Amino acid sequence: MARPDMTSTEAAPTRPFNLGRFVERFALLGVWSVIIGIFGVLLPGIFLSWANFSILFATQAPAAILALALIIPLTAGDYDLSVGATLTLSAVTVGVLNALHHIPVGLVVPIAIGVGILVGFANAFFIVYVRIPSLVVTLGTTSIITGLVQWITNSSTIGGISPSLIAWVGRGRLFGISYSFYYVLILATLIWVIFEYTPLGRRMLFVGRGREVARLSGIDVDRVRTGCLVASGALAALAGVVYAGLLGAADPFSGLNFLLPAFAAAYLGATAIMPGRFNAWGAVVAVYFLSTGITGLTMLGIPLWVTNVFNGGALVLAVTVSQFARGREDTDIA
Amino acid sequence: MSQGGPAGGTARLAAREDAAPALLVSDISKTFGGARALKGVTFSVRPGEVHGLLGQNGSGKSTFVKILSGFHAPDPGGQISVFGRVLDLPMRAGRFRDYRIAFVHQNLGLVPSLSVLENLRVASITARRAGIDWRHERKAAQAALDRFGIRIDLRERVAAISQVDRALLAIVRASDDLGGDGTQAPGILVLDEPTPFLPKEGVDRLFGLVRQVVARGTSVIFISHDIDEVRDITDRATILRDGAVSTTLDTASASHDDFVEGIVGRRIARQTVPRPAVSARAVRASVRALAEPGLALPRMDLHEGEIVGMTGLIGSGYERVPYLLFGATQATSGTLELDGESIELSRTTPKASVRRGMALLPADRPKASGVGSLSVAENMMVLDLGRFMGPAGLRRAAMTRRTSELAGTFEIRPNSPGLRLGALSGGNAQKVLLAKWLIRNPKLLMLDEPTQGVDVGTRQQVFGIIRKTAADGASVLCASSDFEQLAELCHRVLIFVRGRVAHELTGDDISKEHIAERCYGPARHDLH
Repeated sequence: MARPDMTSTEAAPTRPFNLGRFVERFALLGVWSVIIGIFGVLLPGIFLSWANFSILFATQAPAAILALALIIPLTAGDYDLSVGATLTLSAVTVGVLNALHHIPVGLVVPIAIGVGILVGFANAFFIVYVRIPSLVVTLGTTSIITGLVQWITNSSTIGGISPSLIAWVGRGRLFGISYSFYYVLILATLIWVIFEYTPLGRRMLFVGRGREVARLSGIDVDRVRTGCLVASGALAALAGVVYAGLLGAADPFSGLNFLLPAFAAAYLGATAIMPGRFNAWGAVVAVYFLSTGITGLTMLGIPLWVTNVFNGGALVLAVTVSQFARGREDTDIA
Repeated sequence: MSQGGPAGGTARLAAREDAAPALLVSDISKTFGGARALKGVTFSVRPGEVHGLLGQNGSGKSTFVKILSGFHAPDPGGQISVFGRVLDLPMRAGRFRDYRIAFVHQNLGLVPSLSVLENLRVASITARRAGIDWRHERKAAQAALDRFGIRIDLRERVAAISQVDRALLAIVRASDDLGGDGTQAPGILVLDEPTPFLPKEGVDRLFGLVRQVVARGTSVIFISHDIDEVRDITDRATILRDGAVSTTLDTASASHDDFVEGIVGRRIARQTVPRPAVSARAVRASVRALAEPGLALPRMDLHEGEIVGMTGLIGSGYERVPYLLFGATQATSGTLELDGESIELSRTTPKASVRRGMALLPADRPKASGVGSLSVAENMMVLDLGRFMGPAGLRRAAMTRRTSELAGTFEIRPNSPGLRLGALSGGNAQKVLLAKWLIRNPKLLMLDEPTQGVDVGTRQQVFGIIRKTAADGASVLCASSDFEQLAELCHRVLIFVRGRVAHELTGDDISKEHIAERCYGPARHDLH
């Protein structure tokens, strides 16, 4: 069985195989499988169906993209609470320009993403240049954007988005799963490569973990932070486009509902795959882990409020377990 | 001891001679691991006396203060008594208040964002169970300030008042804490280096306050590096050297030289370190017209292969030079010429400095030098990432291999690139961070306290690395308060007094004792 020194990640870093580290990395995938198994038994024939999972993979794509957007500024040490509102703003931009003003999708999508980039720059101006804590700034911009969206849409859903966008996001399928899921995979791969295999990823990590160390090592800290906030704005806007494409309409309210699951997934994901770091695959797995739980509970007929309890509980519980495994040290992540 | 003698006390003091001493320290020792920081320290402080406590870094001053405040437990056997009451050693934290002892440390312990009133009355405000009676607090605070004739607006934020007012505020608060129980019994006020960042007039005002405090019967222990200040304010002074009392002087009859001798010790036969002549070699870096508040460096030349040390007492400004040259703190003036390239210091940034082949190893390792939560490989390679870019991104296997290779060269233990930097000992972490800069073959290597928190064995390895870097042609600038290290390592040592280079030692003149003498020496006249 496992010897005590095998459970420590530090005791044998050069060994080719480390059981403790392996368990830590893939525990979340294991728990996910167990949950699937339990619901499979409780809901025979319904839960373990291709249709169920195909829907799950598609509908959770905006949440997954949002979680991927979040881990970028989180790695560089900044919070971006405004991603949820940016998602809504982008979806509504698509709705208004395409459905009401009949501007073609090919033009509307870049505009929507441009709006997200603008939000990112606005956040960066206050956070990086004026030097206000990111939590405060993005809490403010969230409220501003939410208000603007209500004004633009008159607080009602905008339907009639072009079928071509719907075809490109929701209806188009590969191996029975809609395209939206593959966009998640492409983005996760991209972020994984940037985080792990480029100097930029390393610089972001140093900026997040030791801002003064980064600065004295000649890293342009302000530029890295700005870039990360702009990237999260752009990705949140992309999540909005995907959301509009899945729904065929622009809903002015649900963006904020994605925020907590996305945060929960970002932190939960930081306990898996690359433990101790915000990482793309951990975040994606965490999003689907959380939504599997909620889908199963909903199918069992559990009331809606349980969703919130589950999301919040999963976040706190997962981080607690990983903290105890690490001997309650100070967390490395913000 | 040259003139006078310990017997020649003033009449005022003689009158108090027979009363029970305010503080009686007998045979206090403290051992850390195998090292004895205090070796049977014995001295006494009389009631109503200002008593100086002097000594070099590492002489045991701060260890003693920490024992008095209950932070460290002394080795068994010694005894401390306050006004005849024997202290219950080891003391529980905070218990010193019961013995009427109060401390003002160098950082003053004020909260800058809170008001003068809140800072002054923090003990009373936070101890309250019921609501705060602000009118009462304001009256008590005003009374405390009035008692000492100090005018500070109670509503002002502490951040907005002058450095001098802050120091006065901290002392008033501490002396108020002594009288906090309503009785007017005298106490002991410990001032732990309150002056190094104050201007001359500020020091005078502070001393005025100290005299008022003493006039009320309280004894003051005044800890300082500055001999002139100690001679100005104290009645007697105890000097620690290497963990033991080297002498106790009556200030009135002791000369400046008596103090220096007490601190530095008698000249001992100096072992000569062979020092290669380097001044003949080409100038690599030269600084011109650097003038910042409290620091002036009109000209400084660094030669190829030369290790130049910079030192001085706390507050003398030397430790700011590397950061100003690197652009880590923004300078307002001055130029640096590096291999023929002229750099305006007011416009330079760390990024530009790194590109130009400069390196800075800051003293604050966890905050400014390396990231403890990232791996050895990541910390070591952060400046050199470009070299490992392959067609498929960073070649991480190559980075790990290179780190392992370097860890071998720099004798880093354990040699495991995946380990968190924070898991390494101080000395090994320092070698990792030296390697981080040295793999780029810097032209100018600047170090701030390079062996702070580094164990004795590793110290020599760090020295070896620095010497080799210089031998390969780099100029090395080493800011340090460790005279022994400077004497061992440097070809030339610049000694700063009040923001200026007051002395320069070269070649065989460099010794720990010479450096210390120059630091404490009567340099004021040379400067003005």
